[in-house]
Amino acid sequence: MSKKPSAIADIKAESAVKATDYALAPINAALSPTQRIELYRTMIRIRRFEERSLRAYQGKNPSGGTNIGGFLHLYIGQEAVAVGCCSLMGKNDHVITAYRDHGHAIAVGMDTKPLMAELYGKITGCSKGKGGSMHYFAPDKNFWGGHGIVGGQIPLGTGLAYALKYQGKKGAAMAFMGDGAVNQGAVHEAYNLASLWNLPVVFVIENNGYSMGTSQARSSAGQLAKRAEGYNMTWGQCDGHDVYEVRALMDKHLTLAREQSRPSTVEIDTYRYRGHSVADPDNTYRTKTEIEEYRNKKDPIQVSLHKLLAEGVLTETLADQIDAEARAEAESAADFAEASPYPTPDDIQKDVYWESDHPAQRKSEGRLFFD
Amino acid sequence: MPQITYREAIRHALAEELTRDPNVVVMGEEVAQFNGAYKVTDGLLATFGPTRIVDTPISEAGFIGLGVGASMLGIRPVMELMFWSFYSVAFDQILNNAANVRYMSGGQINCPIVIRGPANGGTNVGATHSHTPENVLANHPGVKVVVPATAYDAKGLLKSAIRDNDPVFFLENTILYGDKGEVPEAEYVIPLGKADVKRVGADLTIVTYGRCVIHSLKAAEVLEKDHGISVEVVDLRTIRPLDFDTVLASVKKTNRVLIVEEQKPFASVGTQLAYMIQREAFDDLDGPIHRLATIDAPAIYSPPVETEQLPNPGRVIKAVLAAMA
Repeated sequence: MSKKPSAIADIKAESAVKATDYALAPINAALSPTQRIELYRTMIRIRRFEERSLRAYQGKNPSGGTNIGGFLHLYIGQEAVAVGCCSLMGKNDHVITAYRDHGHAIAVGMDTKPLMAELYGKITGCSKGKGGSMHYFAPDKNFWGGHGIVGGQIPLGTGLAYALKYQGKKGAAMAFMGDGAVNQGAVHEAYNLASLWNLPVVFVIENNGYSMGTSQARSSAGQLAKRAEGYNMTWGQCDGHDVYEVRALMDKHLTLAREQSRPSTVEIDTYRYRGHSVADPDNTYRTKTEIEEYRNKKDPIQVSLHKLLAEGVLTETLADQIDAEARAEAESAADFAEASPYPTPDDIQKDVYWESDHPAQRKSEGRLFFD
Repeated sequence: MPQITYREAIRHALAEELTRDPNVVVMGEEVAQFNGAYKVTDGLLATFGPTRIVDTPISEAGFIGLGVGASMLGIRPVMELMFWSFYSVAFDQILNNAANVRYMSGGQINCPIVIRGPANGGTNVGATHSHTPENVLANHPGVKVVVPATAYDAKGLLKSAIRDNDPVFFLENTILYGDKGEVPEAEYVIPLGKADVKRVGADLTIVTYGRCVIHSLKAAEVLEKDHGISVEVVDLRTIRPLDFDTVLASVKKTNRVLIVEEQKPFASVGTQLAYMIQREAFDDLDGPIHRLATIDAPAIYSPPVETEQLPNPGRVIKAVLAAMA
C-alpha cells in the first residue's frame, strides 16, 4: 500500500521490463490514446480498491467488529495480467478464475461498490454477501467467478468453452489459475478434454512464483506451461508486468481459440507484493529485498505510467487526476459498503435452489429445506 | 400397457428429452460407441449422433466439471457415472461447484445438470464400487436426489430431472436394470418430491426407496400370508425434495414405522427420517421407530454373504416382526 499521495511520486528508475516484439504487436499499435489511458486507469483502480479493502480489513466497524471476515487475497502487483487479458474480451468471450479474483472482476467491468460491499458481507454485495472475497460473479459480464478450491474452476472454464462450441458461437473462454494449480489433477483432466475435443479455451497461468508459501522451485517440476505439450497444446510465456506484453500474447492465443477452436496454455510471469492472503505474515518464504526489487523495477502500474508519459499520451497532471479518481472511487465503494445493510436471517435460505427462488414456476413437490 | 425394463425406461426418457430439447447432451464413459457400460444408452449414438451422445475419457472430475460449466451457459448435460461410487473422484465438481455456485453467486447462476448412474451393492464388486451416496449428496442444500425403484418411476422422474433448473443426482440400480414394469407409451412425467404408496396396509408403515422397495413388497406379501400383518409400503422415490406429508399420513394411520434402506446406518437417509417422524408424529407412534440398514462394514465381496449384508426380503420380514412385537 502506497502512502504517497501522487502516482507520479511512485515512479522509479527506468523500468527493468524491456519491450519485446509482443509490446509492438499490431493489437497494441492499434490502441488509441484513450484506450491506452483506460488500461492504465483500470490497473490503478484495482490497486486502489485493493489497498482500500486491506485498510477496511485491518480496521474495525463502528460496533467494534470486523468489516471484512475470512480471507482476503489481494491482487496488488498482478494488475497487468487481468487488465491485459480482459481488455481483449469480445461479446462471446468468457472469464473464470480462482480466489484472487478482485482484479478480474474490475477488469471485466464490475462496479466496485457491490464488490466492496461483498467483502463487507452486505446484501448489496455482488453475491448478496453470500460469497465473499473469493466468490465474485457477474454472468452479465461473462464472468463466472471467483472459485475457492485451487484448480477446481478449470474444468468449469473448459465447460464454458464446450458450451460456446456446442452453441456455434465464435468466442473463447479464459480459465485463469495460479502457478500452484498446475499440480492439481482436475487441471490436467481439463487440459486433456480441451485438447481432445478442440475446445476454444485459453488456460492462463498467473505465475506469481509462490503457491501460497511454497516457491515454484519447491512445488513444481519443469516449466509450468510446457506441460501443455503433453496434451498436444501450444503454449506461450510472457512478462506480466507489462500490460502490452500480456495483450499481445493473449491476443495470439485467443485468436487460436476463436478461429481454430484450439485450446492453449499461457504462463504470465507476475508478482504479488502482499502475502498469499492477509492471514499470511509473509516472513518465511521470501525476502523483503525480493519484494522491493519487484516494486521498484517491475511494478506494472509504474511500467505503464512510464510508457504513457514517454509516449506523451499521459501528462503528470492527468496521471495525478486518474489516481485521485481511483482513490475517490475506492473510498466511495467503502462508504457504500459501510452504509449498506447486512442480509437478514431470512436471506440465508434464498438463492439455494432455482425452484425455491421461483415458486410460481416450481414443478417439484415436497420439502426442499430441513431443520 | 407395454412391459419394458427399468433400463429401457431410462433410455426412453433420455431419447424423448434429447428429441424435445436440443440443449440436452448425454455424456459419460462408454455411453456412445460402446452403447453404455450397462447398455442404458444403447442405440442413442446411432439415433442422435456424436454431438449429442459423447464418450468421455475416464476422467470424472474433468468431465463432470465440464458439464457443470456448460450448464451455466444453458446446456443441459445428462452425465453418466458408470458407477455413482466414482463420485468421490469428482466430489469437488459435484458438491462444491454444482451444489454451491448458485448460492455463492447470490442466485445469479443455476446449473441444470443431471448426473445419473447406478448406486448399489449386491453385485460382488467390493467396497469401492458399492457406495450408496444418497445421504452424502442430500446433505448438500442446492441439489436434488432421486432414487427410482421401478421402470415407470425411473422414466417419469428422469424426464422431470432433465427439465429441472437445479442440479439433480439420479441414482439407479444395476440389479434393477433388467426388471420389467408397465410403462405407458404416451408421454408422462412424475414430479420430483412426490412419494408413492406402493402397497396399502394397516398395521405398519415401511418407509423406503430404491431396490429396498422391491424387497419390502416381497416381504409384505409373506407377512400378510404367513403372519396376518398388513404392511403399507411408502416409496419416497425422491430423497430431496422429500415428500414427508405422505410419510406422515401413513404413520398416523398405522402408528408403527420401519425404515428400510440400502445405506450404512450412521447418518443415513433413515436417520433423518427417524428424526422427522419422532418430531412430527411422536404421539401417533405405538412403539419406537425401527430401521433396517446395510450391516455396518464396507461392502463385503463374498457373494452369498453380501446378500446378507444388504437388506433383503428375509431381513425385512424379521425386522417387521421385531417392530410388531
